[in-house]
Amino acid sequence: MAKQRVKFTFPPNLITQPVIYNMGRQFDVVTNIRRANVTRDRGWVILEISGDVPEIERAVSWATSQGVRVDPIEGDIVAG
Amino acid sequence: MGRLRGLVCRECGHLYGIQPIHVCEFCFGPLEVAYDYDLIRSTVSREAIAAGPPTIWRYKALLPVDDEPIIETYAGFTPLVKAENLGRLLGLNELYVKNDTVNPTFSFKDRPVAIAATRARAFGFDTIACASTGNLAAAVAACGARASMRAVVFIPADLEQSKIINTAIYEPTLVAVTGNYDEVNRLCSEIADKYGWAFVNINVRPYYSEGSKTLAFEVAEQLGWRAPDHAIVPTGSGSMFTKIWKGFQELHKVGLIEAPATHMTVAQAAGCAPMVDAYDRRTLNVAPVKPATVAKSLAIGNPADGYYSLKIIKETGGHAVRVSDAEIVEGMKLLARTEGIFGETAGGVSVAVARKLAEGGHIGRDEVTVIYVTGNGLKTPEAVAEHLAPPITIAATMEAFEETLEQDHSGAAAVA
Repeated sequence: MAKQRVKFTFPPNLITQPVIYNMGRQFDVVTNIRRANVTRDRGWVILEISGDVPEIERAVSWATSQGVRVDPIEGDIVAG
Repeated sequence: MGRLRGLVCRECGHLYGIQPIHVCEFCFGPLEVAYDYDLIRSTVSREAIAAGPPTIWRYKALLPVDDEPIIETYAGFTPLVKAENLGRLLGLNELYVKNDTVNPTFSFKDRPVAIAATRARAFGFDTIACASTGNLAAAVAACGARASMRAVVFIPADLEQSKIINTAIYEPTLVAVTGNYDEVNRLCSEIADKYGWAFVNINVRPYYSEGSKTLAFEVAEQLGWRAPDHAIVPTGSGSMFTKIWKGFQELHKVGLIEAPATHMTVAQAAGCAPMVDAYDRRTLNVAPVKPATVAKSLAIGNPADGYYSLKIIKETGGHAVRVSDAEIVEGMKLLARTEGIFGETAGGVSVAVARKLAEGGHIGRDEVTVIYVTGNGLKTPEAVAEHLAPPITIAATMEAFEETLEQDHSGAAAVA
């Protein structure tokens, strides 16, 4: 069982969609939200995703394909 | 409990011991070093600092190290230049340039890396690592060499040859990663999770980032122990920006300066200005962007400290200003021809933003203003190469020379 900590950033068109719920339904992963800020037109959620590594990767790829931006919680790691 | 209280979560305030972690286990918020300022206040003095080495380590009392042997790379204590010529041009009588182009690997990154490596060695790490497109790569590689630690440096596979050389010369383990920026980012995050290395801007980030406070300490000391009225800071991740402000505040907390009233300004390139975008939208939430700018060292589309930087701008009555690539190049040239300082593109950003603020009437004529120039222009010569006048070529005769001299008014004036 692996754990990945990520930040999801939602574009306006996904704000009202249950993306995290759907991800948990479609893939064998457990999502655990730690912090979030969602307004009418923007939102981000910091969460932990637990599961087997390939399943986490599939889940994250699916979220990305839906239009969610997925980043490490540290922000950009590649520095100048 | 000693001088170091531990690591505190910036979000929920949970306190941890001094250890190589960077994220709060409860809320995943970033961790920051907390100090016992009362204790430091009772021991620190201007005289004790002045008697210290001419490097960042003169401020050891306010840095996150204990009694372990420090790694002295001779970073810091760089010149604060009174910019009379540039100031005259901008209508500012008290303009200064913090010239951080003269560090050991020619950028400010030598400051945080020396502290990260010192702390990492004390934790028992034998390897320091980073992912970088330039300045940080060179700083980590050089510090590894100096400290006899293994250095592992990840770079994007399409990095320019000149930048690879600037790092490869120190013989780190240099790994070029193919893939787009986001993929490189994600891979490095996973590697940092898996391997027991001190990744300077990941698991030892709380210590690493404290190094940038010395940019505030030095400026205050060099100004005769006072904070400036304005600080203009080239900003990518926001780490340096937040730490410069923290540095001024700390000097006050330990009784070395009056309460700082510095207006803190974020200077960004228009091609990567997520903080300026948020500032303009009057929100503290930064929306990530895809960078496209000549200022590569500031090309951080998803800045870790964006939110905290915006809070500081608000708190200090500062600004967030973007400048175009053309303005950046002009800023570099302007600094070079007025003050004889060849700063990298990020320095051009600072100068161009200072110009905008001055022209917009946001800086008073006699207000003490500091422009941070944090990297050397020789790192990014290609940015200005096409914008410089070519040399005058002549035959090896006095006649040819004097003919040229007559045509070149500036040359003639100089001779006369």
